[in-house]
Amino acid sequence: MQVNFQLNGEPVEVDIEPRLHLADCLREMLRLTGTHLGCEHGVCGACTVIVDGAAVRSCLLLAVQAEGSSVVTVEGLSTDEALTPLQAAFRKHHALQCGFCTPGMLMTAHALLTEEPDADADRIRSVLSGNLCRCTGYIPIVEAVLEARAAYRKSDKP
Amino acid sequence: MKPAPFDYRAPATLQEAIDLLRTEPEAVLIAGGQSLMPVLAFRLASPSLVVDLRRVAGLGDIAIDDGGVRLGARVRWRDIDDDPRLQTAHPLLREAIAHVAHYQIRNRGTVGGSLAHADPAAELPGIAVTCDAEITLVGAAGARTIGASEFFTGPMSTARRPDEIITELNLPSWPKNRRWAFQEFAQRQGDFALAGVALFYDADQGGRVRNAHVGIIGASDRPQRLTAVETLLNGHAVGEGLFREAAAAATRAVDPPEDLHADAAYRRGLVATLVARGLRAAQRRGA
Amino acid sequence: MIGRNRYIGSPVERIEDLRFLRGRGEFVGDLVKDGMLHAAILRSPVAHGRVRRLDTAAAHALPGVNAVITAAEIGAVPSIPLRLLPLPGTERFLQPVIAADRVRYVGEPVAVVLAESAALAEDGVGAIALDIEELPPVADRRAAGRDQVLLFEESGTNLAMQFTATLGDADAAFRDAPYARRERFQTQRYTALPMEPRGLLAEWDAGRRRMTVLGAAKVPFFNRDTLAAMLGLAAADVDLIENDVGGGFGARGEFYPEDFLIPFAARHIGRPVRWIEDRREHLTAMNHARQADCEVEIACRRDGTILGLRGEVFVDLGAYVRTNGLIQPRTLAQFFSGPYRVPNIRITSTALLTNKTPSGTYRAPGRYEASFFCERLIELAAGDLGIDSAEMRRRNLIAAAEMPYKLARLEPGGPAADTECDSGDYREALERCLAEFGWAEKCALRGRLIDGRYHGIAVACFIEGSGAGPKETARLELEPDGTVAVYVGSAAVGQGLETVMAQIAADTLGVPLDQVRVLHGSTPYLQEGYGAFASRSTVLGGSAVFQGARALLDKIRAAAAARLGVSAADVELIDGRARTSDGRALSFSELAADGLRVETAFANNNRLTYSYGSAAAHVAVDPGTGRVELLDFLVVEDVGRIVNPLTLHGQAIGGVVQGLGGAFMENLVYDENGQLLAGNLADYLIPTATDFPRIRAIALENHPSTSNPLGVKGAGEGAIIPVGGLMANAVADALASFGAMPNQLPLSPARVWQMGPMEEPVGIP
Repeated sequence: MQVNFQLNGEPVEVDIEPRLHLADCLREMLRLTGTHLGCEHGVCGACTVIVDGAAVRSCLLLAVQAEGSSVVTVEGLSTDEALTPLQAAFRKHHALQCGFCTPGMLMTAHALLTEEPDADADRIRSVLSGNLCRCTGYIPIVEAVLEARAAYRKSDKP
Repeated sequence: MKPAPFDYRAPATLQEAIDLLRTEPEAVLIAGGQSLMPVLAFRLASPSLVVDLRRVAGLGDIAIDDGGVRLGARVRWRDIDDDPRLQTAHPLLREAIAHVAHYQIRNRGTVGGSLAHADPAAELPGIAVTCDAEITLVGAAGARTIGASEFFTGPMSTARRPDEIITELNLPSWPKNRRWAFQEFAQRQGDFALAGVALFYDADQGGRVRNAHVGIIGASDRPQRLTAVETLLNGHAVGEGLFREAAAAATRAVDPPEDLHADAAYRRGLVATLVARGLRAAQRRGA
Repeated sequence: MIGRNRYIGSPVERIEDLRFLRGRGEFVGDLVKDGMLHAAILRSPVAHGRVRRLDTAAAHALPGVNAVITAAEIGAVPSIPLRLLPLPGTERFLQPVIAADRVRYVGEPVAVVLAESAALAEDGVGAIALDIEELPPVADRRAAGRDQVLLFEESGTNLAMQFTATLGDADAAFRDAPYARRERFQTQRYTALPMEPRGLLAEWDAGRRRMTVLGAAKVPFFNRDTLAAMLGLAAADVDLIENDVGGGFGARGEFYPEDFLIPFAARHIGRPVRWIEDRREHLTAMNHARQADCEVEIACRRDGTILGLRGEVFVDLGAYVRTNGLIQPRTLAQFFSGPYRVPNIRITSTALLTNKTPSGTYRAPGRYEASFFCERLIELAAGDLGIDSAEMRRRNLIAAAEMPYKLARLEPGGPAADTECDSGDYREALERCLAEFGWAEKCALRGRLIDGRYHGIAVACFIEGSGAGPKETARLELEPDGTVAVYVGSAAVGQGLETVMAQIAADTLGVPLDQVRVLHGSTPYLQEGYGAFASRSTVLGGSAVFQGARALLDKIRAAAAARLGVSAADVELIDGRARTSDGRALSFSELAADGLRVETAFANNNRLTYSYGSAAAHVAVDPGTGRVELLDFLVVEDVGRIVNPLTLHGQAIGGVVQGLGGAFMENLVYDENGQLLAGNLADYLIPTATDFPRIRAIALENHPSTSNPLGVKGAGEGAIIPVGGLMANAVADALASFGAMPNQLPLSPARVWQMGPMEEPVGIP
């Protein structure tokens, strides 16, 4: 089946099997491998991308269901070689070790702060509870997201 | 964990969707996909056809009027969160839904999907049963309405016929001074409840309980109202003594499953705790 | 070192973060090769049985399926050897690379399907007809010990190995002891669960007859040698390449059946083959860990001085002895006493085979379990003797003046039979912990009911034996652009290896951090290497890098002296330039043409160096639900010397949270038929962001190690060690009025609920 959608601001068209989920479509067909698969049954959150402004688990979305949608992946967070304030905050707070859960964490945090730049620590933890990390123990991730809020409050396009 | 192969259709109308279900017995419906996709990933089901409701209009509304609250089948958890009217129109629904899953799932998971999936520990089926809600289904034979307690027939099992599509959940209207509570216990935030209690009652002039509705999730093979507990509560003045009796009655009224997370004795204990805490919280709402 | 350290000791932001944050990491699942096929594995659905029939015809017939490989296609291949402790007798219990006529655990590989996509390969797996005659499963270690149903009939037993740890005369100590107590304890079966499942991408170059495997981790050199032998190739014809690795924790990177099957498949089919494990198979395929139970006793004087520890430990090893499967049982025995002075010890540790997924090491293997058993015993003794928990530890901690302190001798132990705590002041870490935690003030809360919950506190002490030998290798080369390439045999598993090694190299060479490039793990880089386990990378790899950097400086100095016509003593090296006293200078890049390079190895005679510390916790237990809330957790650890405080802190917090997962929620539950019930991440529970938000870690560097030139000790596993015992003792403290005995992990809500009043206290909101 042919599917058309917007990917990180550019139109894409792929010809795929219906059973292919969006994560595999991004990773295998479109070669954007920043979105990771940690469980493929909707628990770990490593596959989180933003579809039509909402953070979703891309392993629970058939690629064909993305028809006409706008999809943003971790590769689309920054447009140049500089780190975004959110990414820089992650680095500063050592909010990643092996890096495998990190794209999912970034996309979830980005979606959250875009809508709720004043989210407090409890809200951040609650939202991130759907993203598993085995390395960091989460505390530095929450600290990084708290610090990044300032950038989301300042402008429309962090 | 890739699904077995299937065909896919995204019909434009409800009738087309029904026709597809009718003519293809191995077809399944998908809306948010948050429950179906893991089932497919584990190959617990291998449908020949997946029918997507994404293009079907008219299923995504929340309608509130004197008749109650009507949730279209494609209303998402997030839509319930975002609708400020529900704070007063149905606070019990709102509180229960706040416990559902996680952020990403809440952006996709739907009312209809949850009802059709019928997990005995799921919040919405519990609310539906506790509140005497009605479920509207449309199939080849037309539309029908069924009471929630009749709809859920067992674990992951409902009265929906293979060609029927859930279109709406109708919750009766919610009076202003109603006392209510929702208490759930899960091991981690967003996990399925090991047990949960949804309850409400209306208090008469003397502060006595009237019209008690006490429903449990996770402690049985389907959401159920504990009529023995309701009977015990009705007509009596609220107070710690009554709450403890109700909690004890609740443990006798449930026959909980056992699994790797909890045995029956513990689930019974949880039900007692949650009933007592729910009743106290409901009482505080009226204070 | 040249000048002051700019980097060592500083919270340098990690180099590797730049690619991870942009989604440009290269994990093996991100890699492709032209013509690549995908592999899926058929795994035994039963725990114990004889393979009657394996019919692959229907699988072959599916479009897109290229091949199905079974034992028949593989032929005779050696079983998977032990990497550590290859003791006599273990050869009977090694795992074959694929099941032939017998399956011994749910998840054991039976066939490999190669297809044009992962989905098609999975379709192929589903089409294979596998008929197994079921045999009674040996469901637990007690059944195993009865030796009625045997996993390996020819061996005559299910007992894989038995270790004994001895010190002094335990029987005499117990005979004369004024106080003794015996108890049973149990830790559950659980697993490391890195977020990235495993994967391999193998390519066979038929022309040059060389095998390349991407996706290596932890011990690429050993695995390279093992694979080469199995494929009948010379080691020089096999390359194992380390890419980015999504967590290891001791489990990823050991030699598993797939580490043979996938390269074999690539050679068999003549096309590259990629296999990416899915999470469901991961839970039955990746090493399990930690399942042990014991009956142990403690003997004390009335003042709480420990006189002896004695008892029996049993480890449920699973169906085979895997590459490092014996580490847990041997370490459990030898380190049972932890950091405490126990003059008389006899602990036997028996590893038994059952029809479950085989086990291996997982962060602080054997130590976490031993700490749980020992700390519980010590706490019970303290309670019986009326001694405060902190005072009990104080009295029994090995003192600084007693260093080096010999721990129990292990038999059979080989070169590691004897070990000694080398340096440090354990009491100093304890006092710091108690003070920062607020032990004295929190004592007032012990067992109290506040706002409907019971409060409890506990303290525990630990040692972490790090820097396992024998050595590590490094090669440093001056590149044409003046930068230095540092190749190190250590493996990256997410711990920040690139950055830490770069810090050491940059400071030693006296150059800016961005003038150093670290490459690690892959076998083409070095003649030999040893890898990342037992918290050895900074100790051994770091020391090798340090040593190599010093040697490279000498060569640079000599080359500059020759070029400038002065003696080497007249050359000063600063910031990447070589200068004479009369102001002439050459940059490193100008000297690069001389081909300056150094290869070195740092060995430590297999002497471990011990980090140590203490941890304390405060919990509140809800008696109505059994939920335990961790109100405060503090761990203090002395690591000898801190290279990067940022990454060190990350190891501590991360380790603690893993420990908490094991203490409260992780559990690989099997039923009586050997079926794994916790087969997905909705049932196998690991901590999330909301579970344990209050954890503090303090690192000390008051007592550098004398075993290496950097003075460092390992820091990857210390913080996890005390967590199980600490949580159990804190819950016991909270529910002391109910006589709670949390002697079994995990402390699930159901279990904790049962230990308490099993109802709500009266009069609570």
